[in-house]
Amino acid sequence: MPHRIEITLKDEVRDPRGERIKREIEHFLHLEVAEVRTIDVYTVDAPLSAEELAQVAAGPFSDPVIQNYSIDKPAAAGFDYLVEVGFRPGVTDNVGRTAGEAIGYLLGRPLAAGEGVYTSVQYLITGKLSQADAEKIATGLLCNTLIQRYQILDAATFKAQGGVAPFVPKVQVEAKAEVNTINLEISDEELMRISRDGVLALTLDEMKIIQAHYRDPKVVETRKSLGLGAAPTDVELEALAQTWSEHCKHKIFSADVTYDDGQGNTEKINSLFKSYIQKTTADVRAAQGDKDYCLSVFKDNAGVIKFNDDWSLVFKVETHNSPSALDPYGGALTGIVGVNRDPFGTGKGAKLIFNTDVFCFADPFYEKELPKRLLHPRRIYEGVVEGVEHGGNKSGIPTVNGSLVFDERFAGKPLVFCGTAGLMPATIKGEPSHQKKIIPGDLIVMTGGRIGKDGIHGATFSSEELNENSPVSAVQIGDPITQKRMFDFLIRARDKALYRFITDNGAGGLSSSIGEMSEECGGCQLDLSKAPLKYPGLAPWEILISEAQERMSLAVPPEKIDEFMEMAKRYGVEATVLGTFTDSGIFHMLYGDKTVAYLPLSFMHAGLPPMQIPARWEKPVHEEPKLAPSADYTGDVKALLSSLNICSKESVVRRYDHEVQGGSVVKPFTGVDNDGPSDAAVVRPILDSFEGVVVGHGICPRYSDIDAYDMAANAIDEGLRNYVAVGGSLDLVAGLDNFCWCDPVLSERTPDGPYKMAQLVRANKALYDYCTVFSMPLISGKDSMKNDFYDGTTKISIPPTLLFSVIGKMEDARLAVTMDVKRAGDQVYLLGATANELGASEYLAQKGFVGNNVPKVDAQAALAGYRAYGAALKAGLVASCHDLSDGGLAVAAAESAFAGGFGMELDLAQVPFKGDAAEKSDIALLFSESASRLLVTVRAEKAAEFEKAMAGTPCARIGAVTAEPVLKVKGLSGSVVVNAQNAELKAAWQEPLKDL
Amino acid sequence: MTKAKALVITGNGTNCETEAAHACKLGGFDEARIAHIAELLTGEVSLDDYHFLNLTGGFLDGDDLGSAKAQANRLRYAAVEGKEERLVDQITRFIADGKLILGVCNGFQLLVKMGMLPALSGNYLKQTVTLTYNASGRFQDRWCYLKVDPASPSLYTRGIEGGVYLPVRHGEGKFLVDDAKTLEAIEAKHLSCLKYSDKNYAAPTMEFPENPNGSVNAIAGVCDETGRIMGLMPHPEAFVHRTQHPRWTREELPEEGEGLIFFKNAAKYVKENF
Repeated sequence: MPHRIEITLKDEVRDPRGERIKREIEHFLHLEVAEVRTIDVYTVDAPLSAEELAQVAAGPFSDPVIQNYSIDKPAAAGFDYLVEVGFRPGVTDNVGRTAGEAIGYLLGRPLAAGEGVYTSVQYLITGKLSQADAEKIATGLLCNTLIQRYQILDAATFKAQGGVAPFVPKVQVEAKAEVNTINLEISDEELMRISRDGVLALTLDEMKIIQAHYRDPKVVETRKSLGLGAAPTDVELEALAQTWSEHCKHKIFSADVTYDDGQGNTEKINSLFKSYIQKTTADVRAAQGDKDYCLSVFKDNAGVIKFNDDWSLVFKVETHNSPSALDPYGGALTGIVGVNRDPFGTGKGAKLIFNTDVFCFADPFYEKELPKRLLHPRRIYEGVVEGVEHGGNKSGIPTVNGSLVFDERFAGKPLVFCGTAGLMPATIKGEPSHQKKIIPGDLIVMTGGRIGKDGIHGATFSSEELNENSPVSAVQIGDPITQKRMFDFLIRARDKALYRFITDNGAGGLSSSIGEMSEECGGCQLDLSKAPLKYPGLAPWEILISEAQERMSLAVPPEKIDEFMEMAKRYGVEATVLGTFTDSGIFHMLYGDKTVAYLPLSFMHAGLPPMQIPARWEKPVHEEPKLAPSADYTGDVKALLSSLNICSKESVVRRYDHEVQGGSVVKPFTGVDNDGPSDAAVVRPILDSFEGVVVGHGICPRYSDIDAYDMAANAIDEGLRNYVAVGGSLDLVAGLDNFCWCDPVLSERTPDGPYKMAQLVRANKALYDYCTVFSMPLISGKDSMKNDFYDGTTKISIPPTLLFSVIGKMEDARLAVTMDVKRAGDQVYLLGATANELGASEYLAQKGFVGNNVPKVDAQAALAGYRAYGAALKAGLVASCHDLSDGGLAVAAAESAFAGGFGMELDLAQVPFKGDAAEKSDIALLFSESASRLLVTVRAEKAAEFEKAMAGTPCARIGAVTAEPVLKVKGLSGSVVVNAQNAELKAAWQEPLKDL
Repeated sequence: MTKAKALVITGNGTNCETEAAHACKLGGFDEARIAHIAELLTGEVSLDDYHFLNLTGGFLDGDDLGSAKAQANRLRYAAVEGKEERLVDQITRFIADGKLILGVCNGFQLLVKMGMLPALSGNYLKQTVTLTYNASGRFQDRWCYLKVDPASPSLYTRGIEGGVYLPVRHGEGKFLVDDAKTLEAIEAKHLSCLKYSDKNYAAPTMEFPENPNGSVNAIAGVCDETGRIMGLMPHPEAFVHRTQHPRWTREELPEEGEGLIFFKNAAKYVKENF
């Protein structure tokens, strides 16, 4: 009989959680409630005595200073409606797990298999509400019905039935470890039905390739000798579907593309990845010669570059879009703890030194009708922000840099980019730590969490568009503490060289990790029945592809296994030997004695011919707005500062620990009141050294509405310019590309595939064109190609988006520069030329236009400017520097001024302009988003030296910092066109998201 | 002279061990060992060999049952392998030996929930105060001005004039007491050695964001009556060099950060008393 322990706050203690829910009910659901109080419920499914229950309730479960507990007796009282929300069976319940462990310490023995603790929360709502209102609160705010269950009781019913009955959300499955075979000697329609019904995401061509493989007489013969039938087992089919999924195989990036540039030229591109991304790095490295600092690129879970002689720097950025659309909290949490495993699973393992996050959402205040199944953007915003908060903070990794980007189309799918950098010793026991190998005979070991049904079909599901039937099981909830424990152990095992190879279990689970590891040595033999399970009853194929979190796969030499296992035990980490790496050429899965999958690696990893994808570029033409000149743009500047893309994100950023590990040098916020927005982050990962790691990023999806080539060019330039602004060195800098696209493959559902594919081609061309000039190798990246929502009637495709992250070094972090103006009398310079480039700008968006003049990046000019600026910074000539991006000069000047607490007087006539003089206007000078520009302030006595340093680049003194805290801009006519107090500008900038 | 030895415990979600050990070294400790809790439970590392115990920031067990609750439970019940004692016995002996404990953030939460602070009348195992969810209901990373009580017995805050400026980074930092008598005793004995204040350290404040969590009487840190055990929500180890200050690029600051004094005072005390 399960027991319910309910924990209430004492009457006089405030309930911040309840207060927040009350505010959200009023704010978002527009319902009046008088009060919300909350109760924590632990349902203990273990035979504890009354005395033990009391000890547990009084001890670890409640805080005697502020809480009361009640055992098997309802504590709730004085409410109109009660909503209790708990997890559905099988969903990760971290608090429940910790509660179970706590009982174990108390009893002196761990809970037995099948015993457990399950948590839920009761919300006691007081107010004049109807049952329907309560229902709305439950489903619209408190409960994500995909992963949680709820019940609503009014006070009378609650009383009548004597409280809430205990409910144990235990996974109840018939134990059925059976293996089925799938007959593929069927019609094409039947083949596709199998793919669709099984969420395999295999195309007909792919199904037929599999069919052909099983028809091969040699294959038939081998299978016969092993006692396997002619038809594939479900384990084999699932392994192939996972290995060949877009998510894991990147079929679009390796496809053969026929690109028609719209001007009569056709180009054949064999693999965008090889032709542009890999080639960028190869060409940059060749040109750098012996100055090459790349150590491991594209072949491991993350990229590795040299930091100094003793340390190497590791970086990876991932996306977790589809899961975040379904369960924003769990999806985003899993996104961040998932990407943590990438640098940790690179080379022999890296210590994690910081996270970066970029989120793309629709307007959280969106008021229009949304297609069914889509969560409101506000819930996505709340959930994602909180998921990444918990994932990052609890892992003890500072979140140092990020962005929030808004566009209505992200209602179809939010983008959740999570990045993590790590630091590894250059060598461990004399061997380079960025390299690893497997020797046949090494043992296959899995460490960390157990396997459940969570995350089954994550890899294949994210390879399809989101639709009404997207599987619930594809969602996982991460557990940062289990992972942290595992990392604490593994990093010590690494330093003792107890393993030879490590990789992460992410998308595709064991199928992916062991499949890829097998390629290193030429085969594997693994017994799926040895894998530790969360609960019994998983089929072998489920064990193979489950994406249950917090697991690493390792190759441990047999002579080290005892020490490895003993150490794991001591650190409280589960480690299991699952099999042996071989050189048989076969991916060989057993379940006990029985072979359940026997796949030649050559077929698994090379059996798939490239896709053929057409691409046809057609330059879109948008209405070109005629903007009437105005005598005063102060209102426009304030409106821009209040736009979602530009406004302060402080309410989110302060929820992320950006200083843990003690190396913070340039923080997300800076200036006299610690609230000005930094361009990039500087971190000292080694506390007794002043060498800094610098990280920044660029992202401008809206530019894709005009040309994805320029979207990519501007993202790259923005990333580099943010990096350079704070002091990042151009001599040790690397890029990382994350493509998030809408499906670009021509099909019935995607008739505009060729256009979207052409956008992808163009973005890749820009990547090559700019990174080679900037001498910036690409070290890693990721693509997510199916960011569409389609429910049969409504299709929402995201704007093609490249997140370009930049990481590198500054030799002396004490030279870092921040964006806040420092003192009155300093001279203000604008670096880089401005053009009439309002196309797809924030300014035109506010006026309801897209326009056509998207900013063009002049790579050579940009580089010359950045080099000169870098030298000036090193010489100590720069007081402040802020990058110009969304909102142009006007926004950058306002931000620098109010961050520094001084005013600024600028003269637009002094701004370096490129292009036809007839196009020069106050609007263009104030709001154009022309690339490669920096707003710099310099001490008056250093002005001459600074000008000398910048000689030969478009750089002009455009004004001065003033004591009076006012932004005053003189227009081309000589009259003042912007005039506002810092305080009002700052208020406009801080207002929109301050209460979220 | 005695070799001053500091121990920093990590594991199960502790996150600030590296910078805490770094601060100990900078502060003058001859040795600053980072030990995983597993090494204490197996007896590989013994508290008895150290003078200064650092319980530092993090999210012990994810703060899943409330901050540091699960670890408080673990330390109370977990036995040290091969010995007839629990970890908590080693800790009470450490205190009885006149040694030093500094709990920062999650470490402060742990000390409080084990009852080791404020430990009125020397009762180190009875919880009388707590640290719970911030009044804002949100995690906060921001810098705070902390007024020091010069009459406090805390050995860590000796020599601080006015106050110190340090970062807080927590979701559960609101200090509350079980009853008015406890609060009276804390104040009467000057155990509330640090309080959130205005930037001139003129007076404690209940205003957000200067007081980031709504702590009663603006209490940010407390010590026991001996002054050797202290806990605080702000992070002194996060400000040992000027480049960690949020405004170092615009203010003239000394090379050394204001948080280092806590560790210097601890090292000095150890060297003078052991």
